[in-house]
Amino acid sequence: MSNSVAGSSALAIDLVGLKKSFGTLCAVDNMNLQIKPGEVVAFLGPNGAGKTTTIDMILGLLPPDEGNVSIFGYSPSQAVARGYLTAVMQSGGLLKELSVVETVRLISTLFAQSLSVEEVLHRAGIDTIANQRVGKCSGGQQQRLRFALALLPRPDLMILDEPTTGMDVEARRDFWKAIHQDSQEGRTIMFATHYLEEADAYADRIVLINKGRVIADASASEIKAMSSGRVVSADVVNPKIADIEKLPGVTSVEYRGNHIVINSTDSDTTARYLLNIANAKNLEITSHNLEDAFIALTTKDS
Amino acid sequence: MTQIDSTKDNFYTQKRSMPPLGGYNLTFLKIEILRLLRNRRNIIFTIITPVVFYFMFGGGKSIHQKMGNGNASSYVMISLAVYGAMIATTATGASVAVERAAGWSRQLRITPLRPGAYIAIKISSALIMGVFPVVAVFVTGALNGAQMTFAAWIISGFVAIGGALVFVPFGLFAGYLMPSESVMQILGPVLAILAFVGGLFVPMAFLNSTFRNIAKFTPAYGIGEIARSPMMGHGFDIASVANVIIWMAIFAFGAAMLFRRDTGRV
Repeated sequence: MSNSVAGSSALAIDLVGLKKSFGTLCAVDNMNLQIKPGEVVAFLGPNGAGKTTTIDMILGLLPPDEGNVSIFGYSPSQAVARGYLTAVMQSGGLLKELSVVETVRLISTLFAQSLSVEEVLHRAGIDTIANQRVGKCSGGQQQRLRFALALLPRPDLMILDEPTTGMDVEARRDFWKAIHQDSQEGRTIMFATHYLEEADAYADRIVLINKGRVIADASASEIKAMSSGRVVSADVVNPKIADIEKLPGVTSVEYRGNHIVINSTDSDTTARYLLNIANAKNLEITSHNLEDAFIALTTKDS
Repeated sequence: MTQIDSTKDNFYTQKRSMPPLGGYNLTFLKIEILRLLRNRRNIIFTIITPVVFYFMFGGGKSIHQKMGNGNASSYVMISLAVYGAMIATTATGASVAVERAAGWSRQLRITPLRPGAYIAIKISSALIMGVFPVVAVFVTGALNGAQMTFAAWIISGFVAIGGALVFVPFGLFAGYLMPSESVMQILGPVLAILAFVGGLFVPMAFLNSTFRNIAKFTPAYGIGEIARSPMMGHGFDIASVANVIIWMAIFAFGAAMLFRRDTGRV
């Protein structure tokens, strides 16, 4: 349905062979990434992995050395000019001598089509501080103001660059609540973060990058399994160890006193076998958390 | 700007186009002016200083000294109106320094606003900001001895405001060079020196000939000469016009160079 957005090539983001170097430092190295309309994607990576450089190229703030960026079939600057694409930056970007409502009104005049000022203030949860000077707003309020500005053209794609950095736990939760409520419309969202729990909680898909390349691209649970798999344990009598070892994804099997412990990268199949074929009881699947996976994947690569 | 009705418009079939005039619009201009007027230091610099200088430089005491179509008071008045307009237009251009320091320039780059429309907003704001000191100095002058023909009041007022636009790219240039809020603290004394050597504080006739020859090549000289010419009643020479055009070109080139370099993260 979303193909009507911009004709035939309607990937929300299409990065092909993207490269960017600063002097001898290669920040983005042949990056390929396709994001479909409606996806909520977390963009993860250690500091210096190339997240910000990639985002700058997606927004058209930085020209790539090689490769191509396409946003709903448009170039970044065309997509920005038509309001398909907006962004919430990590910091800055606001004038402290303007009030909240003046800032929103000013930016709204720059879009050919815009939601009303009142509506975005309400959606971002800052209608009660509309007349407050930006300089007197807290970090969390300023971030919601940036979000309000990004909402104005009702964009099809919103990019958030580490949007909750420096916010306290409550402000972060409120911020994500506002984003989440709004994304029900079907908006594509890509956010960079270094809070792994945010990626885990809010993204359908996680793109993990390191040294300017995509090193993992999957759902949060798949990424967790990817690093060292999951541990499946159960009580079972006389299991066929040889059969279990042949199951897809199984990396190790330990059997002692009617209790089996299996390391597997495909815990679903392992569990299904244990329950259906081996009549196992008290089955438990424990996963490594995203942080373990993140560290394992990014250090393995280097 | 048309308003999206989120209760009726379908999200995906919502009409999308680019803003007319690259995003230039009067609401933007109005908020830009409000911003500049909220800067109190700016207002003191721009409006109070030239009015105080009118009395300091004897504007109120030169009533009986006839000059062309007016008197010496009106000579001082026009010179200081040009000085005030120069500060106003420079400060408007230099406001880009604060915008860059705050990351506002970057925020604007992810909106449909085109660079040309942004520059047009700065020039329009400078024109409007230039009106305040010129009116303030002219009212002060009118109440304190300045006399000249009606046509001279009108023409010199417009020339002061329009001519001071030369200093918009000067302010932009400085703003791109020094991205900080203190840029006007540096530019204030620079403008005072330019006003002095350009003959806005002391009439050129009082200076020695070497100094006078140097003065003709400084950026405030041409505007002052042209702005005073309806009052003096002797017209202006081509050198004054060349002075304005050449300085405009130099400042605009410098600002354009730095504007193009300004693609990094600030």
